[in-house]
Amino acid sequence: MGISRRQFLGWLGAAGVGATAASRAEAASNKQFGGYPDSFGILHDTTRCIGCRKCEEACNKVNELPVPEQPFDDLSVLDKTRRTRFDVFTVVNQFRKKDGQLPVFVKKQCNHCLEPACASACFVRALRKVKTGAVVYDESLCVGCRYCMVACPFNIPAYEYDEALTPRVTKCTMCHPRIEKGLLPGCVESCPKEALTFGTRERLVKIARRRIEKYSNAYIDHIYGEHEMGGTSWMTISGTPFSEIGMREDLGTQTASSFTAGPLSAVPVVVALWPVLLTGIYAISKRKDKIADEERIHAVAQTVADANQEMTVKLAKMKDSMAKEKEAAINLEVKRALEDAAKEAAESQQASEETGSETPKEEK
Amino acid sequence: MPQETAQVNKSIFTPFNVIAGMIIFCGLIITVLRFTGGLGAVTNLDDNNPWGIWIGFDLLCGVALAAGGYVTSASCYIFGLKRFHSAVRPAILTAFLGYALVVMALHYDVGRPWRLPYPIFLSPGTTSLLFEVGLCVFLYLTVLFIEFSPAALEWLGLKKIRNLVVRLTLVLTIFGVILSTLHQSSLGALYMIAPSKLHPLWYSGYLPVFFFVSSVFAGLSMVIFEGSLAHRHLHHKMDETHLKESEGVALGFGKAAAFVMMGYVGVKFIGIAMDNNWHYLATGWGLWFLLELVGFVMVPSFLYAIAARDRNLRLVRWASILAVLGVVLNRLNISVVAFNWHLPAADRYFPSWMEIAISLFVVTIGVVVYRFVTTQMPIFYEHPDYEHK
Repeated sequence: MGISRRQFLGWLGAAGVGATAASRAEAASNKQFGGYPDSFGILHDTTRCIGCRKCEEACNKVNELPVPEQPFDDLSVLDKTRRTRFDVFTVVNQFRKKDGQLPVFVKKQCNHCLEPACASACFVRALRKVKTGAVVYDESLCVGCRYCMVACPFNIPAYEYDEALTPRVTKCTMCHPRIEKGLLPGCVESCPKEALTFGTRERLVKIARRRIEKYSNAYIDHIYGEHEMGGTSWMTISGTPFSEIGMREDLGTQTASSFTAGPLSAVPVVVALWPVLLTGIYAISKRKDKIADEERIHAVAQTVADANQEMTVKLAKMKDSMAKEKEAAINLEVKRALEDAAKEAAESQQASEETGSETPKEEK
Repeated sequence: MPQETAQVNKSIFTPFNVIAGMIIFCGLIITVLRFTGGLGAVTNLDDNNPWGIWIGFDLLCGVALAAGGYVTSASCYIFGLKRFHSAVRPAILTAFLGYALVVMALHYDVGRPWRLPYPIFLSPGTTSLLFEVGLCVFLYLTVLFIEFSPAALEWLGLKKIRNLVVRLTLVLTIFGVILSTLHQSSLGALYMIAPSKLHPLWYSGYLPVFFFVSSVFAGLSMVIFEGSLAHRHLHHKMDETHLKESEGVALGFGKAAAFVMMGYVGVKFIGIAMDNNWHYLATGWGLWFLLELVGFVMVPSFLYAIAARDRNLRLVRWASILAVLGVVLNRLNISVVAFNWHLPAADRYFPSWMEIAISLFVVTIGVVVYRFVTTQMPIFYEHPDYEHK
């Protein structure tokens, strides 16, 4: 269950050094990742929570957030279901099934996923999971695109909408700076009912299981956050079904990054295949054009050649027939001339016979 | 509205100029409010609804409707459909303006716009699909700028550089198709990280495929739609080739869109079958989904098919309007309407009038610049010095 302060500080001597040494960003990747070994977490036991809002107060103080209008001991705030805001990193909500029944109080804050959707979604690595177990935010990188807020399945990150030029995304840091200093998270330290337990995640899972086993009537047999969205560092156990206390049970156990791994893995495929394919299509269409061109040129040439040949043949025929005609004409002329001559000869013979001369004979 | 009126009246107070001027004036005032009061001062965005219409309309629709650039240049230069050549320049211009305006609109939406180069140059978050979108949009905007530059260089009379750039056409086209495939699809994939927030009818493992395929017919439809507008208002700027080819472009693109849209409908149903979401179709959300899919995809697809068969130019143009609206509806459904569908009505988002005004402002700037460029530069006609390449 609880961890003594000394024991806790002892761990931190070691863990803190490890955590600070790991200054390199450790954003979620597409690989299966079961969480950093010995990373910390917090277990929230809603059966112990009395809705005193001490954790909210401590959170406000530790993170130096603006003091709210309604003081923290004003419990009428609980009448409304709230969510985290840019100036409120954690809220306690009250759920009552029926009037007269005892209410259930649930603390809400960043769950510090083992593979955070926000870190996977961040395109400047402003959000990352560090080895202490916290999901931390680097203001100096954030562009303010708010994709982390779209991605978060728990609707946790908030945004400074009224900040004109330097808006930040804000959320619970699991008191990462305090952990590094060897201090407990503000909320855990301030809880008077030990409804919050800080420790290594592995230990917390065991503690939660033991409680559920020991008081099986008081608890739902489920550790919320053990597997949700691939597991979270912040876990909750409850005596009321989680869906009745504002916690979604339909999130599944897959990490957020597993949903986007598919499309991301398609990138190299497109980059590798498209140029080849497109150049191929271009080559084919160009070749088609080239062949069509060649065919056209060939066809034109063929037509010209055919026409020429035909013409030659025709011409030859024509020449032939003309020659024949000419010959025929000549023959005819000759014949006619001969006939004429014969006729003439006959006439002259007749005449000479009449006159008695013999000259026409020699002419022939 | 048309150019002729301006020339006849010799006055700058044409209805178009007056309306555009008013919208731009309004936009400038809201710009000041945005950068002095923050997003909270001008938008209805809140912690549960971090993305509104500046993402849903300006980014998602802007990019989808600017797809005409890669679709047209690919069909002409890669697939060798030279009869679409005269449509390439207007399409590239629209795409370039579209992407430039998307980037401009992003400056309003993100918290610290001067850090927009960070993801590319300072701290790349390679696990994020938004990184992919950002990188591709950045590169593609550069590609589009180079692809568009010959028109401007011809206008400026810089022959040598122009001829150099023209030689890059094929490489740029292929590069453009790769980048478009990647970011058009990853815009859809952006939403894959939030299966618990997007309604199951719209959420699918095929979201990237849906977005890519729909970008193809969005681009085709935009070219037709824009062509019909250009014919009405910029007819006098078009040369004989453009006028002769334009009917063939509209009918050819309509026919192509009919096929692609039918394919899209098929993939959409496969998506539903994959996750066995049929039972949602009988709900109110299902009706809304069917309205989008039947009314704004199947119907225009049929209209396109009929119009292409009958060579009916009017019908092609009407179908293109319906198809463009369908793509807008789809993008808004995914980013706004069906996103956070499980939240109680009080926590849902509806844009403020100032958000709508900024979106209008962005579109208006696009139209004004488009008009300026098409009236000045050789977009609808071939520059006499550079005819036939």
